Amino acid sequence: MRRFSGVAIAGLAVAVALLGAPFAMAADTPNPPADLKAFQKYFKDKFPKVKFEDFVNGPYSMDEGLYKQWKEKEEFPPYEFALDFGKELMAKPFKNGKTLADCFPNKGIGIRQDYPHFDAKQGKVITLELAVNQCREANGEQPYSYVKDEMAAVTAYMAYTSRGKVFDVKIPDDPRALAAYENGKRYFYTRRGQLNFSCATCHVQSPGERIRAEVLAPALGILNAMPIYRSEWSGMGTTSRRFTSCNSQVRAVPLKPQDEEYRDLEYYLSYVSNGLPISGPGARP
Amino acid sequence: MASTIRVRATASGDTTEVQALIQHPMDSGFVKNAKGELIPPHFIQQVVIEHGGKPVFIADWGPAVSKDPYLKFAFKGGKKGDDLKISWTDNKGASDTLTAKIQ
Repeated sequence: MRRFSGVAIAGLAVAVALLGAPFAMAADTPNPPADLKAFQKYFKDKFPKVKFEDFVNGPYSMDEGLYKQWKEKEEFPPYEFALDFGKELMAKPFKNGKTLADCFPNKGIGIRQDYPHFDAKQGKVITLELAVNQCREANGEQPYSYVKDEMAAVTAYMAYTSRGKVFDVKIPDDPRALAAYENGKRYFYTRRGQLNFSCATCHVQSPGERIRAEVLAPALGILNAMPIYRSEWSGMGTTSRRFTSCNSQVRAVPLKPQDEEYRDLEYYLSYVSNGLPISGPGARP
Repeated sequence: MASTIRVRATASGDTTEVQALIQHPMDSGFVKNAKGELIPPHFIQQVVIEHGGKPVFIADWGPAVSKDPYLKFAFKGGKKGDDLKISWTDNKGASDTLTAKIQ
């Protein structure tokens, strides 16, 4: 009897030791650089044939046939009209004589890779879309709709002028910034909606596979191509539009565009794509 | 206002390949807006592309063609530097024309 209990106790000790390891890791403090490394390694290991910079091309990096069609399409891209419109809007004076370009460093040219960033004064994540509307409101203008039209055109033009520059999202040494990052990460991996999907279900677990007729894009580099012209929408859409429509597609109730959770999500997703070049605006099926 | 037409025509050998993108809502007349009202039909009825005053491509379009239509075709006889004139007219009588050089 004594021998038995001795074995049982030894067994229990092993079980505790095994369980103890993951618990200890989960209790670790957030470590964004380690997240980034693990995130990028996961995709590199999963798709050894895909070149690292090619992840920004979403579904086209996953499917050869699609890639060919896209290359042909890029010679005459469907977002061309949006680029012209965006350029016009950037330079168009407000009622007070200032322009949208005046609100941004370097007049808004080649700065897409610096967004989103954490603003210590406002204590929140500032995305490019939010910055555009904050600029408009500060100058007494009506904000743009976050999902398409003018907002998509302006951000398309800004992305276009930043093409090839690598994402450089920083997490400053500020507990609020780290909390925003963690919140975005939590949102990304939380299941929701009637279909019980998280963002990661499609874009981490199953990129390259089909969901109905669509090829799923990898989460790595997915925001580098924003905003996008989607044939399905027969028009341009912003990151906000992509987030809200993704949520609807898993039959969840989408949040309001540029809600805190969405901005935090954009912060997290952009951070883990650091090092990849801006390729926006993109064209997607 | 910038032109609603984008054209790219490239000659190689005796054929010229033409690609064009036209900005147009192409409303079919069957779609309702957010208030539930029908959006009246508004679509391109004819596209004509002329080379040296002679039409090389005529398309009769209808409400089934997509928004911001894209077209691509090739014809024989174009040379580098030639003028290519592309024009469209819609069901409301509006039209636009653009002349581009073959590259």
